[in-house]
Amino acid sequence: MIAGTFTGTIKTEELQINIGPQHPSTHGVFRMITRIDGETILGLEPVFGYLHRNHEQLGEVSSYLQIIPFTDRLDYFNSMPNNQGYCMAVEKLAGIEVPERAEYIRVIMAELSRIQNHATALGFMLNDMGAMGTPLLYGFREREKILDLFEAASGARMMCSYMRFGGVARDIDDEWLGELKKLMVGLPAFFDEFERLLSENEILLSRARNVGILPKAVALDYSVTGPLLRGSGIPYDVRRAEPYSVYDRFGFDVVVGSVGDIYDRYLVRVEEMRQSLRILEQAVQQLPDASGGHLNPKVKQQSIRPPAGEAYARVETPKGELGFYLVSDGSGRPYRYKIRAPSFINLTALSDLARGHKVADLVVILGSIDIVMGEVDR
Amino acid sequence: MARLNSGELRELLERDLPGALAAPHSPPQAAEAHGEEENHPVLQEHDAVVVAERLPDVARYLRDQLGYSYLSHITAVDYLREGLIEVVYFFYHPEGGGPQIVRVRVPRDNAVIPSITPFWPGANLQEREAYDLFGVHFPGHPFLRRVYLWDEFEGYPMRKDFPKTGDKYTHVTGGEE
Repeated sequence: MIAGTFTGTIKTEELQINIGPQHPSTHGVFRMITRIDGETILGLEPVFGYLHRNHEQLGEVSSYLQIIPFTDRLDYFNSMPNNQGYCMAVEKLAGIEVPERAEYIRVIMAELSRIQNHATALGFMLNDMGAMGTPLLYGFREREKILDLFEAASGARMMCSYMRFGGVARDIDDEWLGELKKLMVGLPAFFDEFERLLSENEILLSRARNVGILPKAVALDYSVTGPLLRGSGIPYDVRRAEPYSVYDRFGFDVVVGSVGDIYDRYLVRVEEMRQSLRILEQAVQQLPDASGGHLNPKVKQQSIRPPAGEAYARVETPKGELGFYLVSDGSGRPYRYKIRAPSFINLTALSDLARGHKVADLVVILGSIDIVMGEVDR
Repeated sequence: MARLNSGELRELLERDLPGALAAPHSPPQAAEAHGEEENHPVLQEHDAVVVAERLPDVARYLRDQLGYSYLSHITAVDYLREGLIEVVYFFYHPEGGGPQIVRVRVPRDNAVIPSITPFWPGANLQEREAYDLFGVHFPGHPFLRRVYLWDEFEGYPMRKDFPKTGDKYTHVTGGEE
């Protein structure tokens, strides 16, 4: 027999492997029970709960104010919009008015948060693709500047706990605004640099195009939100669909993709950063002076007791629609405190996105969904 | 973007899906007698409260006839005093506007609601979550397993009568003197 002329058949069989829970690309503790045939994924079942702490029950035994720091720890990249969503739900429940300046400060914080989240999320996604370090550190460099601003305003870089019922904890001063303006001047150069580095990168294109497609026709059925939904071409953004805070006063575009693959999600995130900068510019320009205050003085933060009833408030966080559903029984603690976590619900689509692709693509697909386990497991 | 308000949904359901709306909840007489009841939540009556068996019909009707094709979230609330578990569904229109809230009330000891996952995959993990934490069963769900807790876990921790301290899982028997 001459070497290289094997004519028999090779016996193959389905194999089940665990990816995770301890795996660098799962962004936390997340397990995927994957059925593979060779390198091709046949099916996948996500397993999580490793960080489960029954956050919602913790809420039911805490006072309304005590919950604010808990919300920081849901999606620990975006404590600002988490605070905002929760405070909005309590304000709805208790009928609290928010001074205009506070609404603008909230918008500024939320949009800064979106920029730093997208910059790092894309960096991590590229990391999963094998571009070790470089894009991620470019993103981290900008994130660092934004975290410095958060620290100056709230006292903390990540666990900000900055919002209160009826406003924000501390006002921002002119010095802070000066630093923000300096940052905003530098941001377009960062976006350009990021795009020049990556958008037409051969490796990125071949790994991201036509991989992990979520077709437009079924995207809504999966209840996914955020860049995952908009990447599939559906222009649904809570800031536009049901405007909250002062978002109805700003001009910005809801960015959508066309195919719904990983590359579209990448493009949507890059463009959303630019749109966030647009909102920031308008918000800084329209920011009312400090005479109206930054916090509603009538609210008793410590001993707030909303009347019996229920409220649902939702915000567009960088990962999608974050909602807080509160049921009050008239006491100082919520009767029911439920979080609609975007990362958790976006995972519904993972199994169908991955089917038919290679194992190496799976980590990129997961990276393109952009999950944080603190929010998935709650 | 004038969307339906909840009263209109009730009228539409009455017209197009007769029998789908549940009778309004009447509080048990015994509970009424206690005048000095402190705090308790109020059951919301202004939204569409539907019979559990008809929920898939109502969901299909909302999606296919009225265009509310985005199922934002599903959650459960345990009303211990009334002996009910209420499962709340939030539907949104993709063009924007407020939610269309549909509620299903089932007895705590027999919490069964047909699953909508077979035709609405977005409900998958959320129904599993309600099963895991509240013990609501969704017959028809393709894979109704616990989602956060391990399979052998006993009880449903978000129910109001689940012990907060001193159960077999906490290992710390304190807190209640």
